[in-house]
Amino acid sequence: MTALTVEKERTTIVLFSGDLDKAIAAFIIANGAAAYDHEVTIFFTFWGLNTMRKDEVVKTDKGMLEKMFGWMMPRGPRKLGLSKMNMAGMGPKMIKHVMKKHNALTLPQLIELAQEQGVKLVACTMTMDLLGLQKEELIDGMEYAGVAAYLGDATEAKVNLFI
Amino acid sequence: MKADVVVVDTKGLACPMPIVKAKKALDSMETGQIMKVLSTDKGSLNDFQAWVRGTKHELVQHEEKDGVFTFYVKKQ
Repeated sequence: MTALTVEKERTTIVLFSGDLDKAIAAFIIANGAAAYDHEVTIFFTFWGLNTMRKDEVVKTDKGMLEKMFGWMMPRGPRKLGLSKMNMAGMGPKMIKHVMKKHNALTLPQLIELAQEQGVKLVACTMTMDLLGLQKEELIDGMEYAGVAAYLGDATEAKVNLFI
Repeated sequence: MKADVVVVDTKGLACPMPIVKAKKALDSMETGQIMKVLSTDKGSLNDFQAWVRGTKHELVQHEEKDGVFTFYVKKQ
């Protein structure tokens, strides 16, 4: 171990999409960047927030409209649909089968790996309000911030992606 | 200094696992120590060349035999 502290490279990803395929791509890049020894931030906004929802129903105090949003949106990484060839849920089943065959990590595994590698997972609080999502509904260990915090990280990063 | 070569077998694993496993192994190694990585991922030659350059380590040697890539990386 060296006492010398070297400024690390940075990578940021905005995950706007709530599609399974795009979320997988985002987390593969995030894990790759972490393996490059970058400090990695994923900023979840709009539909991307659903990737970070817990599987189970969380009891919250919400209005009617927010409750409806909560019921209509996918609850967590296992419930996301594909951006193409979703075929009413058949597509995700097929792709999961193919991924298993090719020994590719599933989205929940990629998320776990990202957390293990210290990837910073940030939820956009403004869009949480719009979609009626509360902190208790998202997985533990997330940070909560807005555009300024994202830009703070992105300004220092050479790789910044919007997915 | 430890002289033994650290072997990281990622055969059969898909992207991004080869570099994730290699990074984990490097973290526990000492400067100058050699890591031997095995991979069957078809993209791994380009991946490892880029990754070693980007992380400032040294690709000492690499070879491919029967679809298995072997990389020798020296930790800097």
